[in-house]
Amino acid sequence: MPEIYLNNNSSTRVDPEVLSAMLPYFSEQYGNPSNLHIFGRETREALEQAREQVASFINCKPEEIYFTSGGTEANNFAVKGVLRAIIDKGNHIIISSIEHHSVFDAVMFLEKMRYIEPTFLNVDQYGMTNPDDLKRVITDNTILVSIMHSNNEVGTIQPIKELCKVAHEKGVYFHTDAVASAGKLMLDVADLGVDLLSLSAHKFHGPKGVGALYIKEGVKIEKFMYGGEQERGMRAGTENLPGIVGLGKAAVIAEQHLKGGGQEKIKSLRDYFEKVIISRIPDTKINGHLTKRYANISNISFAKLDSKTLLANFDLAGIMASAGYACVTDPLEKSHVLKAMGVSDEYNSSQIRFGLSKYTTQQEIDYTIDILQKVVAKLRNLNLPNT
Amino acid sequence: MIKQKIYLDNNSTTQCDSRVLDVMLPYFSEHYANPSTTHTMGRLTRKAIEQARTEVASLINAKPEEVVFTSSGTEADNLAIRGISKALMGKGNHIIISSIEHSAVLHSLDLVKKWLMCEVTQLPVNHYGVVDPEDLRQAITEHTILVSIMHSNNEIGTIQPIKELCKIAHKHNVYFHTDAVASAGKIPLDIQELGVDLLTISGHKIHGPKGIGALYIKEDTQIEGIIHGGHQEQGIRPGTENLTGIVGFGKAVVLAKEDLRIDESKKIETLRNYLELGIRRHIPEIKINGHQTKRLSNTLNVSIAYIEGEALLINLDLEGIAVAAGSACSVGKSEPSHVLRALGVEDKYINSPIRFSLDKNNTKEEIDYTIDTLVKIVDRLRTISPLWKSNK
Repeated sequence: MPEIYLNNNSSTRVDPEVLSAMLPYFSEQYGNPSNLHIFGRETREALEQAREQVASFINCKPEEIYFTSGGTEANNFAVKGVLRAIIDKGNHIIISSIEHHSVFDAVMFLEKMRYIEPTFLNVDQYGMTNPDDLKRVITDNTILVSIMHSNNEVGTIQPIKELCKVAHEKGVYFHTDAVASAGKLMLDVADLGVDLLSLSAHKFHGPKGVGALYIKEGVKIEKFMYGGEQERGMRAGTENLPGIVGLGKAAVIAEQHLKGGGQEKIKSLRDYFEKVIISRIPDTKINGHLTKRYANISNISFAKLDSKTLLANFDLAGIMASAGYACVTDPLEKSHVLKAMGVSDEYNSSQIRFGLSKYTTQQEIDYTIDILQKVVAKLRNLNLPNT
Repeated sequence: MIKQKIYLDNNSTTQCDSRVLDVMLPYFSEHYANPSTTHTMGRLTRKAIEQARTEVASLINAKPEEVVFTSSGTEADNLAIRGISKALMGKGNHIIISSIEHSAVLHSLDLVKKWLMCEVTQLPVNHYGVVDPEDLRQAITEHTILVSIMHSNNEIGTIQPIKELCKIAHKHNVYFHTDAVASAGKIPLDIQELGVDLLTISGHKIHGPKGIGALYIKEDTQIEGIIHGGHQEQGIRPGTENLTGIVGFGKAVVLAKEDLRIDESKKIETLRNYLELGIRRHIPEIKINGHQTKRLSNTLNVSIAYIEGEALLINLDLEGIAVAAGSACSVGKSEPSHVLRALGVEDKYINSPIRFSLDKNNTKEEIDYTIDTLVKIVDRLRTISPLWKSNK
């Protein structure tokens, strides 16, 4: 049976070149980068090289990169760190209603503790926020706006530059969770204008367990992990050296991939996939924006069916996809993203997210289309005694 | 003679065992699915994580569901201190620690002092770095919510009477946390026997990978997470799991248990004692910091009077010997070690500690070379030291 991995928005395969770059830092160059002796100096150098690679990936200075254990920690760091640093200035935080749970739950927790009063910006049916809405809700009491660069469930790309301008007009910090975008879209913090940006390695063929937060020079933020002096005192704990080296290498490869037109190949595969599915399977709907959407994702609802059964059947045929995203408690829980987009319950509970990568082939897509048709036909026949 | 490269800084970090790396490898590019996904590859990676959890739990005699993976020992300490303080906010605000805790515990307290109005009592230690349970008994009040005392100290190796200390805390219904990062793999840890409610360990100190740690949280302990997001680690520690790190940690624990079983630490202790004796014999005016017997078998912290500690480290490094002045987590700070201060180490010994920390891979030849080199360097540095001359 084939093994077709179409869940690349959930996690990706580590590029063998990334792994090769990491390998020497397990058992050969294993010194603690904080140490001054030769073992430590070697690894310190590797650490700083990775920092430069990540900085170049998003066009910032190396000293504006802070390594974390992942995107979730980077998002928590951004939201809570800014709040702790400037809570005397206000207690209003604005996020979109389709943020990842690591932003959403952090904000809900801060509200529960009565530190903040949040506002959730609505999105339209394509999952798009409107800068005018932001303009309306921002107040003198607002200290942070956090809106994701693109959405991990449907792929919709937000107008970050415009949103950021609105925030800056009011002197408010802007954070963007770019975990879903990194490696798929060019990220240029100078162009975007953002003050903080989160990344995670395992979403673009780097290792799990490492991420980064970009913090623009001069931004007021409180440290997140307390302890040693690592990451210029902002994030204590012995550095995850092989992980960080892997993140650096993944950034270099992703930059080449983006510049070399790697995304166009993925986009044509995805577009072909969707075109065939829509034309051959009735009562299907593509979720997310049709054009302002990154290439690796296809979120499709199959009316009258449920995601869980569909996924189980795909899995039996060797196709691995997901419903929404991986971080949910209950797989039957409906996506808060699709709900915010006004997608009906029927389409919400029958959505499947297919995530392509640079490793996805035409043959895999053709096989997937074939299986999809069969599975959907079979299930619809079983499910619908009254039609 | 070919220049040697001798690593005697194993309390700072250790070499990842090649057998650990071997078990990690398939989880980078072959089995890489997010463990939260329900398809075949996700179930496989979930299984790998739960197996590692069972292994880590068995090192400390806990139930698997009492082990929460974190990104490091530092994060686990932060979670213990901050998580308990937050969860027990309404109950009390007093926390007791020893004055020689790791910076992760010490500085986590800065946060809870500021945001949760916590008050902290630091227990003194004696000249050997041991906390007196009687001091704890006197310090506990009705507002005390947590006692955090490290199992053994990473700089000097002194082992604390955790069982007795824990009993006192429990008599007052106070949670007890111990940072066992320095102890794991070196001395058996049994949470049933110790009685602790929370315990921190870290992968890279036991020949596992960097970037992974764990907090043992006894069933039913009230704790709030410090990171919010997904449901991972029972919601206490969200974020896609560091799959390879966790798998590596699991294997490192299996190997550590085997080393404990065959008493590798005896062999290391013999070598450490040989080093200590060599230094005592050949270098006058030195002081061994820490307890003579209740001490980690691999650790030797020695102060050499009338010498600049940093000059000594640099010279040893030039000769291929890697040692540390103390904790790697305090590099960048120019003040003397807070641990040695708490021990009441005299001025002439406080600025020049060097910590040798051995592991099972060190050889007698390496130690001989180290003693020999150290003696020569100390001689040379003392010859040019005005303090040494005036003392003579």
